[in-house]
Amino acid sequence: MKSLEELKALKAKMQEKMGIRNDDSATTRVVIGMATCGIAAGAKPVLKAFSDEIAKRGLTNVAVSQTGCIGICQYEPVVEVYVGNEEKVTYVKMTPEKVAKVVSDHIVNGNVVTEYTIGESKL
Amino acid sequence: MYRSHILICGGTGCTASGSGAVIAALEEELKKNSLEEEIKIIKTGCFGLCAVGPIMIVYPEGCFYSAVKPEDMEEIVNEHLIKGRPVKRLLYKETVAEDSIKSLNHTDFYRKQKRVALRNCGVINPEVIDEYIAYDGYAALGKCLDEYTPEQVIDIILASGLRGRGGAGFPTGLKWKFAAANKADQKYVCCNADEGDPGAFMDRSILEGDPHAVLEAMAIAGYAIGASQGYIYIRAEYPIAVERLEIAIKQAREYGLLGKNIFGKGFDFDIEIRLGAGAFVCGEETALMTSIEGKRGEPRPRPPFPALKGLFQKPTILNNVETYANIAQIINNGPEWFASMGTEKSKGTKVFALGGKINNTGLVEVPIGTPLRTVIEEIGGGIPNGKKFKAAQTGGPSGGCIPAEYLDVPIDYESLIELGAMMGSGGLIVMDEDNCMVDIAKFFLEFTVDESCGKCTPCRIGTKRLYEMLEKITSGNGTLEDLDEMEKLCYYIKNNSLCGLGQTAPNPVLSTLRHFRDEYIAHVVDKKCPSGVCKDLLSFFIIEDKCKGCTACARKCPVGAISGAVKQPHVIDTAKCIKCGACIETCKFGAIIKK
Repeated sequence: MKSLEELKALKAKMQEKMGIRNDDSATTRVVIGMATCGIAAGAKPVLKAFSDEIAKRGLTNVAVSQTGCIGICQYEPVVEVYVGNEEKVTYVKMTPEKVAKVVSDHIVNGNVVTEYTIGESKL
Repeated sequence: MYRSHILICGGTGCTASGSGAVIAALEEELKKNSLEEEIKIIKTGCFGLCAVGPIMIVYPEGCFYSAVKPEDMEEIVNEHLIKGRPVKRLLYKETVAEDSIKSLNHTDFYRKQKRVALRNCGVINPEVIDEYIAYDGYAALGKCLDEYTPEQVIDIILASGLRGRGGAGFPTGLKWKFAAANKADQKYVCCNADEGDPGAFMDRSILEGDPHAVLEAMAIAGYAIGASQGYIYIRAEYPIAVERLEIAIKQAREYGLLGKNIFGKGFDFDIEIRLGAGAFVCGEETALMTSIEGKRGEPRPRPPFPALKGLFQKPTILNNVETYANIAQIINNGPEWFASMGTEKSKGTKVFALGGKINNTGLVEVPIGTPLRTVIEEIGGGIPNGKKFKAAQTGGPSGGCIPAEYLDVPIDYESLIELGAMMGSGGLIVMDEDNCMVDIAKFFLEFTVDESCGKCTPCRIGTKRLYEMLEKITSGNGTLEDLDEMEKLCYYIKNNSLCGLGQTAPNPVLSTLRHFRDEYIAHVVDKKCPSGVCKDLLSFFIIEDKCKGCTACARKCPVGAISGAVKQPHVIDTAKCIKCGACIETCKFGAIIKK
């Protein structure tokens, strides 16, 4: 390390990686149903895709966590997105391919991806 | 990217309660479920709540698990990490509310604390320099080299009002100023990590949890006084702290944060570790430096003070670990920020190691001036088993006791001195009604008799004579004249000893004589130990009404002092009894008492 600039660059890079440890930093939460039904329907790759996409974009204010079964097993994998104090948005039948769009449109730009939500879903 | 970070305490406390095995079991479970790529395990320093270790925090939820065992890991992984359901039975009880989980910062233990010196302990991985850098690490050193002259750095430390955390409370900025003013071809910066007070472990925890904070501060001190070499004197009994320091120094050198031309600003500074063999006297500054020089660790008279002639006869500053842990933050946040905490004469915060008869044994950091009651009753969780608080001992073998009537005293340097105690390095031992104050004084005296280096007569012989007088009292042979003689001897030792060890060694006796004279008098006049500790003054009795004649005690007694027929009340032959207490432990009816 030869200069202060290098130190600052390293600090910025590390802060992104460690933001998760700050209780209050997350203003957006992505909650993925990971009960037996969710896992069987493929929730794990979805979770991984969310983690990767959020890391790629360096979003330090987004926390990814899991939850149990919320009772709509036929719609799994179910993902709920909480932005600030707004009402939660429930995405259903998620796949890793759909994740990038949810992150870019909804989490980054604030436009809910209506076509993936539970209201638009037909069984 | 890891979706979850799991922090597990790797400090000495939790390591002793088995955090190593917990980490191994967790790694195994994560592997079994192919979660290694998603979940990261971070071994941190001390969280402070050593009483309920091993401690583990799972982020992003911030769930605080306490007293976890290796066999709990399967459940935590399956339930919490896979399905997102925190395992309630393992959560720290205070964080579990009706319908939600409280954050750690809202528990009684943490709410009243202000963590400055401990800010990174339990937050970062102390073995990864990048994590320290993420939390402003080495930014203060950069700022000093880039923006301030050495004089300005000293002015900032002076303005902050920081005082030495080793016990004496000398203003740190002043120490630096004296050393900076003395011209020499070579100067030294030393760190006193020879923490020796029984019951004190704050320095160890800082070095284990945040070693880079000390390295950075020493480099800043080096820049301020014009030194290029630093030494950390640490006892070899702190293996985890030594290992983490070694790793930290290596990483800092690799990054060029120690060594030649730091940040390209033409400033050179390097640090070496010196291991001490655990002599208490080596915590005294001149003895410590003599020991670093490779000689027998004995103090020498002052003046000359180390700022003029210290290590290898060169100008030297020596600061305590906790003092250094504050430096970088004073530079980053400004002296006004630091001076806004604490009292008029004592600024900032102080770390205390809570021990003895208290529920939350562990490390706490509070603004100076916080009432003792807050620390003991609120943060410390009070005295176990509903017993009554008798006294708090601060400052270890150099300090004194604060009795219950002064429980509301603000903890600062001056108030404690007034009570005949002292801030000391931060050991805070709580005593309840079962502790005999004469016995406590004897315990500390025994320690100083052992640890006296023997160089000067008042300390070498005086402490020994003082100990013998205490023995005489606890064995029931003391007289009231002895109490006066003892007091005289105490002042003689204080006034004539060469170094701090002898000058403060009588403090535990003086302070207990002052606050608990009635207990001394009970030992001397009534030949009784009111707390039931001093064996020679105790007798064991069987209460006739309660004794069922089960014979259990008689069979247990190693000297055959108990006799009696089956189903008849037994009696203890006090002449034969060796007061071992085996009968009390055996009796199921509470029929045996000592008084």
